[in-house]
Amino acid sequence: MFKTIIKSICIFCLLLVFTVNSWSQEPIKIGGLFAVTGPPSFLGEPERNTANMVVDQINKTGGIKGRKLKLVFYDTQGDATKAVQAATRLIKEDRVSAIIGPSTTGETMAIIGTIEAAGIPLISCAAGIKITEPVKKWVFKTAQNDSLAVERIYDNLKKRNMNSVAILTVSDGFGASGREQLKLRAKDSGITIVSDEVYSPNDTDMTAQLVKIRGSKAQAIICWGTNPGPAKVARNAKQLGLNLPLYMSHGISSKKFIELAGDAAEGITLPSGRVIVANVLPKSDQQKKSLLAYVNDYKNHFKIEGDHFGGHAWDAVMLLKGAIERGGDSPAAIRDELENTRNFKGIGGIFNFTPQDHAGLTKDAFVLVTIKNKGWMLVK
Amino acid sequence: MELFEQLLQYTLSGLSTGAIYALIGLGFAIIYNSTSIINFAQGEFVMLGGMLTLFFHITLGLYLPLAVVLAVVVATAVGALFERLAISPLKDAEPIILVIITIGGSILIRGVAMLLWGKDTHALPMFSGNEPIILMGAAMMPQNLWIFGITLIIITANRFFFHHSISGKAMRACSVNRIASRLVGIDVKRMMLFSFVISSAMGAAAGIIIAPLTMTSYDVGVMLGLKGFCAAIIGGMSGGMGTVAGGLIVGVLESLGAGLISSGYKDAIAFIILLIILFIRPQGLFGKGEAERV
Repeated sequence: MFKTIIKSICIFCLLLVFTVNSWSQEPIKIGGLFAVTGPPSFLGEPERNTANMVVDQINKTGGIKGRKLKLVFYDTQGDATKAVQAATRLIKEDRVSAIIGPSTTGETMAIIGTIEAAGIPLISCAAGIKITEPVKKWVFKTAQNDSLAVERIYDNLKKRNMNSVAILTVSDGFGASGREQLKLRAKDSGITIVSDEVYSPNDTDMTAQLVKIRGSKAQAIICWGTNPGPAKVARNAKQLGLNLPLYMSHGISSKKFIELAGDAAEGITLPSGRVIVANVLPKSDQQKKSLLAYVNDYKNHFKIEGDHFGGHAWDAVMLLKGAIERGGDSPAAIRDELENTRNFKGIGGIFNFTPQDHAGLTKDAFVLVTIKNKGWMLVK
Repeated sequence: MELFEQLLQYTLSGLSTGAIYALIGLGFAIIYNSTSIINFAQGEFVMLGGMLTLFFHITLGLYLPLAVVLAVVVATAVGALFERLAISPLKDAEPIILVIITIGGSILIRGVAMLLWGKDTHALPMFSGNEPIILMGAAMMPQNLWIFGITLIIITANRFFFHHSISGKAMRACSVNRIASRLVGIDVKRMMLFSFVISSAMGAAAGIIIAPLTMTSYDVGVMLGLKGFCAAIIGGMSGGMGTVAGGLIVGVLESLGAGLISSGYKDAIAFIILLIILFIRPQGLFGKGEAERV
């Protein structure tokens, strides 16, 4: 008796699913993998919010060629194993046409095998240079390469006639990649790294590292990390009365950093995406329109300012939209059309994908900003 | 001279983090001694102290000293509630089960804090100014003095309580022999509650005084809790000077290790010390077989 009831409920549900689907034209499914909880949640949360917001907007304005977009999203918690499981699920069960994310380099590298085997286009929101170098057939990314940020800093150092620096990097994926690039580019740029220090993401006090740097002959300090570590570095540096120019990475380019570091943030220089300086950009800037649209929309929806992390997801959804509009929703067509994307004016920069370049950005994707009076100022 | 200045700076910053480890470690020891469980939720009270102060001071706009007092009161209430709801009903369970419950409790408290206050890191203003004090070439924030001062006061009060008050002596009696204590009329269950109250208040105080220096977020409790645990183990789970010394040792060695060897090994140092102590002297650095408890 009980079994029959269960069976009939199952059949009823199945019928329901089929009828619902046949009501309207099927939506185009895209997958999202974001670390909404866990340590990288400062990336995943704005990314998910942005992706949802953009998909809603697209659907409200008639979808893509009359078809709605549907975002199927899983939280990876910053865990590579969970990312692989979720990617498999998106491909096998949800049968998505393309995937956006994951949020971090480690997770992206972990799912590349699955993605390549299944032949589903992936637009990662992580920054690591390894993701697209060497080029993988199905993998693209929207976050700027670390090397572009490093070049920006080194250019500025040379302009100021400084050639010996101390680097202080965080011991996670972001810091390790930054450290690698800082060391790699130093030689070509004529920069000598005289002190190479590391701190761990949960460190409460960076005085020891800074004292060591003070003892070296460094003319400037480059700190590479994401909040809250660099804020502690800035505070400790001020506390020690360290009078060296302090450079930081694009990992801290949000108002949160200024709030955390307080007075110690003044005078810090960093390469950043254009999001945070959207309203002070000159009118001639090609990205200004996209940037202002994104910043205002995000503020209206979530009551806080959009940052460039969310921007990576904005770029990814819009790139997909363009590709689907041009070539339809089969994974292979999306991939081919993504590769043909030229001069897409996004949040992270102006994208030009080619078969040899799946990152698509140049160092113009970054501007150099200095923190002045609790705000951002463009460095010419 | 330069090396001397460096060493002085390392030692100073090591001592101030060490003082915090000591406070957290004492919390571990007090609970261990009256209930023989290791309360892995101890770190969460440190987090609660900082986050609650932030909530009362920044969000509700209360006067800082009032916010601090309220934060300690609320965190202590959470500690007492935790003991009443999760530990006390299972009084006859194996200690290992209770330890696992405390781990569950810590995840729960952390999760609730995350939902209430979000995942961002927050900064609390310094208690007295941002101007560093220069001491023979080494810099120190006025906040560090607050840390030393408050730690000293708490430890002294603690010592006084356990050696010179009836309740304190009763708690020490429980730690020596629970059944005998019950026979002489000590309310063991109440003493267990007391131990949770005292250690959550101490944890909260530690969380409050370091929040201006190190900032705070819903997940600061994990690492600080583990470091405090190291301190308590080095001190042989004694509620007295052993744990204080343990905390200071961990803090200073970490800081010296980061400065002189490599900053990458900073966290590893604390845990290497922990392992060495557990292998060679499980009774703690200062224990003589059976350590004096509480």
